Amino acid sequence: MTDLNRLTIAAAREKLRQGEVTSVQLTEACLSAIDSADALNAVVHKTPERALKMAEAADKRLQSEDAPALCGIPLGIKDLFCTEHVPSQAGSRILQGFRPEYESAVTRQLWDSGAVMLGKLNMDEFAMGSSNETSVYGNAVNPWKVDDRDLTPGGSSGGSSAAVAADLCLAALGTDTGGSIRQPAAFTGTVGLKPTYGRVSRWGIVAFASSLDQAGPMTKDVRDAAILLRAMAGHDPQDSTSADIPVPDFEAALTGDIKGKTIGLPREYRIDGIPDEIDALWAEGRRMLEDAGAKIVDVSLPHTKYALPAYYVIAPAEASSNLARYDGVRFGHRAKLDQGDGITEMYEKTRAEGFGAEVKRRVMVGTYVLSAGFYDAYYNRARRVRALIKRDFDEVFAQGVDAILTPATPSAAFGLGEMGGKDPVEMYLNDVFTVTVNLAGLPGIAVPTGQDRQGLPLGLQLIGRPFEEGDLLNIAHTLERQAGFVAKPTRWW
Amino acid sequence: MSIDKDTAARIAKLARIRVEEGELDALAGEFNTILGFIEQLGEVDVEGVEPMVSVTPQRLKRRDDVVTDGDQQAKILANAPDAREGFFAVPKVVE
Repeated sequence: MTDLNRLTIAAAREKLRQGEVTSVQLTEACLSAIDSADALNAVVHKTPERALKMAEAADKRLQSEDAPALCGIPLGIKDLFCTEHVPSQAGSRILQGFRPEYESAVTRQLWDSGAVMLGKLNMDEFAMGSSNETSVYGNAVNPWKVDDRDLTPGGSSGGSSAAVAADLCLAALGTDTGGSIRQPAAFTGTVGLKPTYGRVSRWGIVAFASSLDQAGPMTKDVRDAAILLRAMAGHDPQDSTSADIPVPDFEAALTGDIKGKTIGLPREYRIDGIPDEIDALWAEGRRMLEDAGAKIVDVSLPHTKYALPAYYVIAPAEASSNLARYDGVRFGHRAKLDQGDGITEMYEKTRAEGFGAEVKRRVMVGTYVLSAGFYDAYYNRARRVRALIKRDFDEVFAQGVDAILTPATPSAAFGLGEMGGKDPVEMYLNDVFTVTVNLAGLPGIAVPTGQDRQGLPLGLQLIGRPFEEGDLLNIAHTLERQAGFVAKPTRWW
Repeated sequence: MSIDKDTAARIAKLARIRVEEGELDALAGEFNTILGFIEQLGEVDVEGVEPMVSVTPQRLKRRDDVVTDGDQQAKILANAPDAREGFFAVPKVVE
């Protein structure tokens, strides 16, 4: 039995039920793939013993009862999810040694359905970054390569995208505040879905910007995203923003029939300085959906240009408030104090030592935009612009548009160390196509659709109506089939 | 709006993050880059638009006002850098 780690969830589910493989075999294949992939630095806390115990239990369950779809499926979990008694550091030094006494709602739900945890995955510190370069664990590396350079797997869910692309797990969990699932998926030729805000509980996930954060699946194909989303979603009384509505069978929505669907192409997403290849890919995606029977219309989202600046007020503001809890008192790192240091010195030294440069920058920007005298000019203005961005989408959907097609990223994966060194804003521009979706609370999915001339994967994004992930996944599934993307990175690690 | 060294120091203080004197100029420069980017929001006509409170139209759910949790002192203190006699311990706060 070789290469079991390369299976999709759907294929493994079938084989488990046919008795062709066991969860232990699947899990062992992934654990051995993980052990030989240290060069990718994707898995930062390995949990092999726990994984095998969970797999054994799943095998028993598969024999004795009508087991859920995820039963026996080995998954990688982003370090942002709190997992009981397993290090959960959010990629930060300030949470060094933190072992939660509780389990996040999403992972609890997955383990209850029999899924297997392989370990925790690398990420940008507190999910702040687009290249996985702000992590305390060091860079995660993209399994895709075209020359001597190591490329970024994207961020912040860079460990998740690298792990899925390199077949270290069958699928992974990511989180997305401004593009952190979709951009890494596009950089690695994998599928990443950010669900509608409120679809998935945020309880037990380390908070970055609470009005934007949403967890979602990162998978090898669209069907797996549908399967995993169903297992993650649902109302949770512990998250007051989680939506109390039924979770449909998203997989059943994958009919492959999109005849009569209307797909909008927003003219404002045609921006200067974007490589021709991205524009060509977008046109190609349009043709693919047209060939499948969809009607394509031009639409306008006039406030698109202001999404990134609004995001870089709102997200840091919420982060400065959420990250106030890291004070060296209740958990995580506390600085060594000098004689005579009081509690203020303890806070200041602890946070200076514990946070990396990008996190400090955002916490301080957030502090500034919320401070007396600037709250109206920055924070309230950004929230007003956010309302206009959401209204843009509402109006497009009211015209009968079912989904919106855009590029996922402004480029293919770039080299580690090549971006944002002098100007943090350069890195922020990575999220230009994805961040609107978080501000408007909508579901968005990145689907691998082509390759650039060097052979690196490129993705397109589809944006759906709120809580219509089934419909969105069906359109994504159709795009995936039309594109026929099957390329895999050549193993070098 | 330009942030000078003193303002940078004040922000760092408010955020309770120690920044060494020698790093303040560079920090002020970074703030100015980011704020320069944010300034674009000034171009948008927001007249009559309410600041967004919730992205999905929803009312916060209510629950019965009853105790649902508790008696977890050991678990709560398990990750504390310094816990003594059932409490979090911190440097002296009051003289």
